[in-house]
Parts: sequence; structure tokens; C-alpha cells
Amino acid sequence: MSVAQDIAPGQRAISVETIGMTKVFGNLTALDDVSIKVAPGSFHALLGENGAGKSTLVKCMMGFYQPSGGALLVNESEVSVPNPRAAHAHGIGMVYQHFTLVPSLTAAENLVIARADTPTVIDWKKERKALGAFLETTPFKVPLEVPVSSLSAGEKQKLEILKQLYLDQRFLILDEPTSVLTPDEADEVLGLLRGMTEAGELTILMITHKFREVTAYADDVTVLRRGRLVGSGRVEDLSVEDMSRMMIGETEIRESATRTVQTQKKLKLELAGLFSDDDEELPAIEAISLKIHEGEIFGIAGVSGNGQSELIEVLSGQRTLNDGRIFVDKKPYEPERGQMDMFKVFGFSEEPLKNVAVPRMSVAENMAFRTFDKAPISPFRGWLSPPPMRKQARELIAAYRVKTPSTEEPIENLSGGNVQRAILARELSGEVDILIVANPCFGLDFASVAEIRAQIMDQRNKGAAVLLVSEDLDEILELADTVAVMSEGRITYQSPMAETDRATIGHAMAGHH
Amino acid sequence: MADTTETSGVRMQSGTSFELVDRLRRSSEFFVIPLLALVVSGLLFSAFLLTLGKSPLEFFSLVWRGGFGTSFSWQNTLVRAAPLVFTALCVAIPARLGLVIIGGEGALVLGGFAAASIAIPMVGWAPAFLMLLAMFLAATIAGGVWIGLVGALRHYRGVNETIASLLMFYIAVSILNFFVEGALRDPSDPNKPSTKPIGSENMIGAIPGTDVHWGLLVGILLCIALFLVMNRTTFGFAAQIAGGNLRAAQAHGLPVGKLMVVACMIAGACAGIAGFFEVAAIHGKANASLIAGYGFTGILVSFLARHNPLVIVPVAIFLGGIAASGGLVQRRMDLPDATVLVLQGLLFIIILVSETFYGRFQIFRPKGEAA
Ligand SMILES: Nc1ncnc2c1ncn2[C@@H]1O[C@H](COP(=O)(O)OP(=O)(O)O)[C@@H](O)[C@H]1O
Ligand SMILES: [Mg+2]
Repeated sequence: MSVAQDIAPGQRAISVETIGMTKVFGNLTALDDVSIKVAPGSFHALLGENGAGKSTLVKCMMGFYQPSGGALLVNESEVSVPNPRAAHAHGIGMVYQHFTLVPSLTAAENLVIARADTPTVIDWKKERKALGAFLETTPFKVPLEVPVSSLSAGEKQKLEILKQLYLDQRFLILDEPTSVLTPDEADEVLGLLRGMTEAGELTILMITHKFREVTAYADDVTVLRRGRLVGSGRVEDLSVEDMSRMMIGETEIRESATRTVQTQKKLKLELAGLFSDDDEELPAIEAISLKIHEGEIFGIAGVSGNGQSELIEVLSGQRTLNDGRIFVDKKPYEPERGQMDMFKVFGFSEEPLKNVAVPRMSVAENMAFRTFDKAPISPFRGWLSPPPMRKQARELIAAYRVKTPSTEEPIENLSGGNVQRAILARELSGEVDILIVANPCFGLDFASVAEIRAQIMDQRNKGAAVLLVSEDLDEILELADTVAVMSEGRITYQSPMAETDRATIGHAMAGHH
Repeated sequence: MADTTETSGVRMQSGTSFELVDRLRRSSEFFVIPLLALVVSGLLFSAFLLTLGKSPLEFFSLVWRGGFGTSFSWQNTLVRAAPLVFTALCVAIPARLGLVIIGGEGALVLGGFAAASIAIPMVGWAPAFLMLLAMFLAATIAGGVWIGLVGALRHYRGVNETIASLLMFYIAVSILNFFVEGALRDPSDPNKPSTKPIGSENMIGAIPGTDVHWGLLVGILLCIALFLVMNRTTFGFAAQIAGGNLRAAQAHGLPVGKLMVVACMIAGACAGIAGFFEVAAIHGKANASLIAGYGFTGILVSFLARHNPLVIVPVAIFLGGIAASGGLVQRRMDLPDATVLVLQGLLFIIILVSETFYGRFQIFRPKGEAA
């Protein structure tokens, strides 16, 4: 608790500044001469597309990376941070996108063991008292005596922040802190943090790509693009339009596809009472029943980890069903190859390299996963002919504008957006009756996001029944005709999109229903 | 990252010649890295010999002479290479599915035993070709079922295939011993417990003009056939998907369990054929001589060949040569027979380490591509 004591009480926030920060990985300059100044007690947003260099910048500040050039200033004086511990000693702390708490320990235990000077034998009585006194000084309230695993995502995130405050970090870096929270939880956490910065207790640098959070909570904003600083200023002087222009640059973004009115309402896909377990053999989804019609996008919203991924896995044949039936056109459906072909069921998901592609196989091979056992690639049963496979790939690469050096490139060497485009080409180039999609835009750049959403809308307009599971509420709001919320493995809310709104869905996600 | 909407790479438009160059550039990696591994192993082994006070130069020249120097040593080498080709296939085929099978020796032993067992009641009345056909089928089926079981255990019960196949090797040995020391023992053979001989008139002869039996030729043909199966059939492609990413295979509705079991059965059948030739062309009966370690050296062969059936043949000949030179090395350099095993072991470890280097070297990447 040494650093902060030098500063007057009531004004404990510190300022942090980078000058000409540069980081080179091999032949890629991930960060190019970036200077930002975060004033004490300010709430500073760091905006940028995926891959813009945001994480690299804060990792340089935290001592995870050694910058190739540039300097770091804390309270106006230059410091060196050879490792994260040095950053902590200067009062710089970071809250990661994903939780770092020990789930089986209580909040109190997590806080005490996080300290660098934890004694070998802990005097819990004394520690509890000290903790209690510390908590009095913060606005964050978290139950201290139950295991972290039983806390909600919002409480865990608050505890992560609390941990940094407990370690007396007065400059907090938050890496997309709200991505695992419901809208209500996000507002609560950011509101509390905002209050602390206004009181001069804390300085915040928050990585985000949500403009809503920037305009509502941040004082200043810095925008990175391809490793360069492309804009900065007071948030009040900038419109969302300005900020998004800075982030995207001159890249053309496809306009969002228009939703055509669908007249036919034929039932296409029906899930009837699906039950399945997670990897620990605990119930993951329970009694999932829903109906999706032709030309309908059925969106399932929910905070990550409420059974959505298990549901998708069941539907795509990656997980066994304990009970329940799937019907397509009122006929029982099993996710195996013959039936996928017959009913024209396709799909794609986040992290395609992990879920639906083979990283080491070539682009051409990956594009043939649906077609390799059909003519012309398989001219007769059992045989496989590479030339038509490469021909198909060349056509798809051109049609879907996949950027790859050649059809023979292992797909893992493509950028995230291009991998997803290649998968899209594979899944959407034929006739699609049912489309099962999970977080399709996760981690992708704007151009790809717009493109992918437009493609999903196109399929809907052509009459496909679409199941869209997404943790991104904005994506559901943009695309879905019908929205449902999954919470603890069940569908807890369902409504036509026209009859609901963001706040109602948000409340349902938080479990208020 | 923001430039993703540009049309596909400029190099794309110029068409297939780039694809070919890229393919060559990439595949050179699969040639250079094993070669480097061989060189490193040779150097380390030389250091080992120097600490023993022996000359590495003499050793390698003896290996050359004992393995490849004369037509006699060539034949010795090729005879040893034949079973290695089959047992290497037993590793290479499941490897395509990401399975590491190390119990090919068990399938070889059992295949040889099945071949002998079916032949003995036929001795005396059946024509040679009929007996050999029956033996071949028995060996293929025994080996196929044996390793097929490993695949089934893996897929349906989640049992680790590497451990299962190794443990099943011990079971196979016990089965062999149980019968050759009991019910099927030839009472007239005072030496080793063995089955009765199948009769020299029924044995497979040598390729004319050599001492090398037909097994080598069959092995080469089988390698070509399986290369085509793995690279030019929908089965091979599906196996490659399942081996590369199980979740992707499932998401495309591929019958993963069936693929695993079938690949393991093919693998076991290959090792079983090795057992068939050992009995029908070499020993003329089944006994503990079947447990000669070909199944284990086959693992090394397959890894060195990067599980490519076509590369297996030269690698098997290479390692067959090293094994064939063991006797000469022993006699001339006063080194134990096991010295060549040290070399093999060293090779194996270096090869396994070298596996981690694929994709690490910029030189194998086409220009302008980040590692
Ligand atoms: N450890 C690393 N090695 C090589 N390249 C990296 C590494 N970390 C990040 N990069 C690259 O640097 C660029 C910026 O990445 P990052 O800072 O993670 O972006 P952001 O957080 O803004 O999405 C990306 O192109 C990424 O691939
Ligand atoms: Mg990042």
C-alpha cells in the first residue's frame, strides 16, 4: 500500500501516459508509435476493431510485453515495467475479459490470496476485519463468504474489480469488461466505476467496442486502427458517427440487409423437450422446446454459459441428446450426414477453427466438407477427385471474397474474418432450408460482421428457417424476428421482436422473469 | 484487418502455377525436417560411440556394408524391411484419424498365430494355394479384429487407444504362449515351444533370383493401395477431417465411430499380414520368434515417414538395413547387438521432438505470409 500514500487523500487516482509506444512481432508492427495520456481521475475509452492493437498496447503498459520502443509515464515520471509485478507496484492493475478468480474459494479468500505479501499462516480473524474496513471504502458490494462459483457474472466482475482496488491499484485497465454481463449488470458496474473516477479515487482505461458504453461513461476516447493512433478527444465533442469512421477508416461496410415480409409461415424446425448434459455430466439444457418457421430468424439471447453452446452442439451432432426429439418438416431428425443433406441443414459458429474447420487442412479441402462425397468432387461412390475440389474452391473464394494466397493454404493461416468467410461460402453457397448459427461475428472486424449479418438475413429472406444463438444482444436485436432468452439451461422468455425491447430482454437475461 | 473486403489476393488470379509452387514449398518441409532429424541423431549417436571409445566412422561404414554394401546384405535388409512395411501401416492409417496405435506387434503375433492354427489341420490334404489363402484370411481377420477392438474401445468407451493397444499386445503374447505351450504344441520339437510346421512344400517362396520373399512386393503394393485410399477416396478424406478436428467431423454428420473402427481394422489387418508372411515365408510355424520387435520398429518407421504410406517403403528399407547390420557391427566392433537399438531409440526421440518444428520455419512459407 505504498504508492498511493504519497498522494493526498481524496485524490488518489494516478495519471498514466505512453509516449511513442511501439511493438513489433516478427514482421508485423502491432503497435506503431502510439502516445496516449490518461489524466488522473478520468474515464478513458480505448476503441478499435479486432486486431487494432488495443490488447497489445495495454499488455505493454502492464509489462506482459516489452515494447520495441516508447516510454511509460506514471504521474508524469518515466517508469520501467519489466513484468506485471512492476506494473502493480506502480499502481497499475488490469481486469481481464475472462475471470481469473479461484471458483472453489470464497470472495474473501480470493482477495486475501491475491495479495503479494500473503503470510504463510493467515490470521483469518484479523484479515476479515481488515477486509470489512476496506469494503466500507468502496461502493462495490459482493457476498464475501460464499464460493465464487455460486456468484453471478456481474458479481464476479465486481469482485475482479474489487480485487484490484484491494491491491490498491489506482489505475485500472479493463479489457472489454462487460462482454460477459447482462445490460443491467454492465450499467451497474460501469456506473460505480464512473462514480469512483468522479471522486478522484481511480483512473480508468477501458477497452471496448460498444459506442453506447463510451458515450454513457467515458470522458475521453482514443481510437486505434491497425496499430496506429487515428483519433482521440473528449467524448462530448465526438459523435458515434465520428468514432466509427475513425475505427473503420475508408473500408466499405455492407449495408444491413433489409428484412422482406415473409408471407408463408410453414413450420420448419421444431425442438421438443430437449435435455442434455455438459462435459461434467451435469444438466446443461432442460426441456428446450421451440418452433421455427420458414423465413424466420429465431434469436436466442442470453449470458454466456447458460446452455447455449450445449444446445448448438446437440443440434449439430457434437453432443448426445438425453431426451427429446428434433423434427424437421414434422419428421424426426438426427444430425447425421444423410439427413443433413436431405433436409438441407447448414450452420456456422464462433471460432470456426475450433468448431467447424480443420486448421491444418487447406482452404480448398475445408470448403469441400459438405460436397466431397457428391459429384463432381466424387464422380463415383467412394472416389475423390482433387481438381474439381480446387475448382469449387476458386469459385467460392471469388464469390465470397476470401483473402487467401491460394486454395492450398492451410486455413489456419487466414485472418479470422477470412476463415469465417470461407466457412460461410461452404455453408451458404447451396440451397439452405435450415441454418443454425452461433455467435457468428464473435471477434471479427466490422466489414466481416456486416457481411455475415447480411448473409444471414439473405438466407431468411430466401425462406430459410434460422436459429441464431448469440451472446451479443445487439446482434439479436438487429436480426431476429422472434427472440427467446436462455437462462440456466431453459428458455425463460419468448416474444415476437415487434412486441419487446432491449430492456425487457435484458431483464429476462438477468433472470428476472 | 480492415482491408478484408478487397478482392481475393492478387496471387490468386494468376492461377494454378502459384498453387503448385506453394504446394512444393510446403511439402519440402516434410522432407527437410526428418532429414535434419536424421543428421542430428547421427551426430548424437557418434558422440555416444566416442564416449565408448569407438569410431563413429567405422560404425557407419559397417552399417553401410552390413545393410546395403553387398547383394547379400541387401537381401538381408529387404527381408527385414518387409514386416516393417506392414507394421508401419498399422501405425500410419490410424494416425490419419489422430489415433496413436503402438500395439501393432500384438496384431502381428496374433495374425501369425491364426495363420499357423488354420494351416495345421489342412496339412496333408489341402493344396498349397488353398492353405495360403486360408492362412492369409485368418491372419488378416485376426489382426483386423484385434486392432479394430482398440478403435471400438476408444470410440465407444473412451479408452485411450495407445495404452489399450499396448496392453493388448501382452494379451496377444499370452494367447500365443498359452496355445504353443499347451494344446497346439508340437511334441516332436524339443527346442522352442512351437506349433507344428505348416510344411516346407506349403511355404511361400522367394522372388526369383533372390532370397527375398514375396511379402515385400505385397507390402509395396499395399502401401500404394492405402495411399490411394487415404488420399483419393471419400473415406480417406473423412478420416482426415475426423483426425484433424473431431468437432468439425461431427458437425458435418460424419460417422466418426465407424471411421475409427474401420481405420483400426485396416491397420490391424496390415500387421496381421506381417504375421502371415513371418509364418508362411520365414518360420513355417508359430512360436515366440514372431515377437521380434517388428511391430515396435514399425512405429518408428511410420513416424519417420510422417504416416505417409508411400514414404514408408524407403524408410522401412533404411531401418531394415540398420537392423541387418547389427550382426556385423557386433562382430567387428565388439559392441553388443543392442547398439543398433540405441540408435533406433535415439532416432525415435529426435523424430518425436522434430514433430514440434513443423510450421515454425518461415522458409517453408510462401512469401508475404506471417508465420
Ligand atoms: N503475441 C503475438 N505474436 C504475434 N502477433 C501478435 C501477438 N499478439 C497480437 N498479435 C497481433 O497484433 C495485432 C494486434 O492484436 P491485438 O492487440 O490483440 O488487437 P486487439 O486487442 O485490438 O483486438 C493482431 O494482428 C494480432 O494478430
Ligand atoms: Mg484484444
